[in-house]
Amino acid sequence: MSYLPLTVVALLAVTILGITAEPVYAMHISEGILPMGWAVLWFLASLPFVVLGLRNLRIRSEKEPHFKAMVGLVGAGVFVISCMPIPVPIAGTCSHPCGTGLAAILIGPSISVVVSSVALLLQALFLAHGGLTTLGANIFSMGVAGSFAGYGIFVLCRRMGLSFIVAAFLAGVLSDWATYATTSFILTGALHADASFWKMFVTILLAFVPTQVPLGILEGFLSAGAYTFVHSRRPEYLGIFAKGGVA
Amino acid sequence: MKRLLIVFAVVIVFVIGAALLSSHKAEWSGVDDSVVKKFAEQAGRPPSEPYINIAQGDMELFFFLLAGIVGGFTAGYYYRELFPPNQKLVGHSTNV
Repeated sequence: MSYLPLTVVALLAVTILGITAEPVYAMHISEGILPMGWAVLWFLASLPFVVLGLRNLRIRSEKEPHFKAMVGLVGAGVFVISCMPIPVPIAGTCSHPCGTGLAAILIGPSISVVVSSVALLLQALFLAHGGLTTLGANIFSMGVAGSFAGYGIFVLCRRMGLSFIVAAFLAGVLSDWATYATTSFILTGALHADASFWKMFVTILLAFVPTQVPLGILEGFLSAGAYTFVHSRRPEYLGIFAKGGVA
Repeated sequence: MKRLLIVFAVVIVFVIGAALLSSHKAEWSGVDDSVVKKFAEQAGRPPSEPYINIAQGDMELFFFLLAGIVGGFTAGYYYRELFPPNQKLVGHSTNV
């Protein structure tokens, strides 16, 4: 029974790969879409979070013996999840979860940014998924916005006394939605030209809704399931919020 | 076993549902095409070719499969490091 979660993931992966004959992408902003000025701006916006994450990674790796292995597991998970297209039958389209909400509540939001950056760089280099010039923007939407939104919601829910399952579920849902809202914001900022910023932002955001609302809920279940699994097996790997504590 | 059967049932329903829908008008395009690319093209900034273009023949499938294998292997390696099957090992050692 201990292999059940892995079996579920493997079955879903095979199913999805079988259904989607052609690789598809989702929140990743492709090469060349952002003008150079905007591309540089989003690199600069993401940089402090990456530096903070690398610093926290070094500190926590020295203190916690299991931590590097946890980062490795979460990193591999984010890499696979964020390039796995999932068909959404009610919309007739495909998109992918991000995994950064789960990553943030397992290893912390700043280190989740580092993990996302590595995953997005590999995807841009070898999978034509995203782009090198748009890497900063993609790190900001998936890494920064997704991780901090997910972690923030999780902490808030725990402080309100909600169970860790509900908190992890909401972290997964809202981190996914925050990622796509941020992608809409980035696209609008770079592309709206003379048109109304807010009108275009709402238009892009609404275009994501039919696919991302169900997918965000799926990501919520994924986060709640994975967090519950770790909590039941090795609660010492989790932070004090797992025990209902307050930072 | 009961839970495993439920999982199989869910996956089968998912596959059949998706296959039935795909025979109608669903195109299963990614939201990058239906949303990101659409708005980028409307704004006069269509996506350019990636610097390393893998969309040649079956190369794309190869790279995605390779990424899945490497990602899955890495996840499995660290999973066993974090959650070792202690109970089984203890059981074997006591029998010996």
